[in-house]
Amino acid sequence: MADMSSVKGLLILLVGSSLVSNVVLSQFLGLCPFLGVSKKIKTAAGMGAAVIFVITLASAVAGVVYKFILVPLNITYLQTIVFILVIAALVQFVEMFLKKAMPSLYKALGVYLPLITTNCAVLGVALTNVQKNYGIGTGILNGFATALGFTIAIVILAGLREKMEYNNVPKPFKGMPTVLLTAGLMAIAFCGFSGLL
Amino acid sequence: MNKIGERLYNGLIKENPTFVLALGMCPTLAVTTSAMNGLGMGLTTTAVLVLSNLIISILRKVIPNRVRIPAFIVIVASFVTMVQLLLQAYLPSLNDALGVYIPLIVVNCIILGRAESYAYHNKPIASFFDGLGMGLGFSVALTLIGALREILGVGTVFGYKITPDSYVPINIFVLAPGAFFVLAFVTAIMNAVKSSMEKRGKNVSKFGTGCTDDCSKCGKKGCEHRFYDSEASAENPNRKKADEAKKDNANGKEDK
Repeated sequence: MADMSSVKGLLILLVGSSLVSNVVLSQFLGLCPFLGVSKKIKTAAGMGAAVIFVITLASAVAGVVYKFILVPLNITYLQTIVFILVIAALVQFVEMFLKKAMPSLYKALGVYLPLITTNCAVLGVALTNVQKNYGIGTGILNGFATALGFTIAIVILAGLREKMEYNNVPKPFKGMPTVLLTAGLMAIAFCGFSGLL
Repeated sequence: MNKIGERLYNGLIKENPTFVLALGMCPTLAVTTSAMNGLGMGLTTTAVLVLSNLIISILRKVIPNRVRIPAFIVIVASFVTMVQLLLQAYLPSLNDALGVYIPLIVVNCIILGRAESYAYHNKPIASFFDGLGMGLGFSVALTLIGALREILGVGTVFGYKITPDSYVPINIFVLAPGAFFVLAFVTAIMNAVKSSMEKRGKNVSKFGTGCTDDCSKCGKKGCEHRFYDSEASAENPNRKKADEAKKDNANGKEDK
């Protein structure tokens, strides 16, 4: 990785995590919501916003827990257990907090929040941050960029699905197979971004 | 003895987690770049599934209903960590190839799904073999998909070249887009099988939809409904009670 302290390095990380190694289309994380909540652009955008919110927050919390609890106590091998519990608790907490403090935001994102707990992208980002030795700040940026990539991908897919909803496809290909083929073509397109870096 | 065979058959064929239930798609797509990786991932998941099913089944009377999901997650995560440390020590090359997808076994819905629908309501031995059957079904599916992608993309299976020299490998099949294409065709074949079974009047309710339905509307059943083992529910009045409690809570959020 490039020098993380410079602005250029951070920009490279932003583009790299959101477009080049897109979380869904090249790493296959968060596939269930990607396929499941992409029927309409509106719900897809809502899901994307909720994912950006949760992943950014989760990478911050996971980064802090890792650096100030797991490393000093020398129990980094417990990272998987700790991260999944932290994420589950965090999502629950965010849900309760939004319900009380920001009802309008809760109304917009609320239905998606429980779906995110089991989204492997959240845990995936937290683990990748640790694996690549990112600091807390870089980790948060990486989380934000990854979630941004997810949002870009899911909104594009939803747009395509809205267009082809009434298309005449062979019967066995109705539903999921067509969506997967579309996602495959999108993945080819996203391969083109690798020339950016 | 009969029960054991029935559980293995159930996991391998009747309710194959990948082909029939359409669960656990993330690892299915991500690690099947070669038959070897698919097999490695499948067996790793099998190990976790068997052990977590066994322990959850032993503890099923101790774990309170309300906190069962967090309890399952802790148990599964412990086994995943153990398996990951073992792989790091003894099979470092496989560990490198599978990378972050090993710890991500924790959120594989097959494991939580079996814990929820089978192990939490059945005796340890049956749960053990249920995990084994499901795990082997998953391994077979991943190995098949991996082999297919390896043949098309590189022209080898388990590293042995089997295609004639005149065959030019289609590189894209070992890259990310190829995973989507292969899975699309596998799902289409399963759809065709399903509709032909429907015509012959067979029960196809077990077939998963692969989550093309709107997830935000399946709080009541949908995704969780697919974990549901109708046989287990018939045997277990507890299951029905838990289900009714869940229905009361419109979004089922108390589980999370």
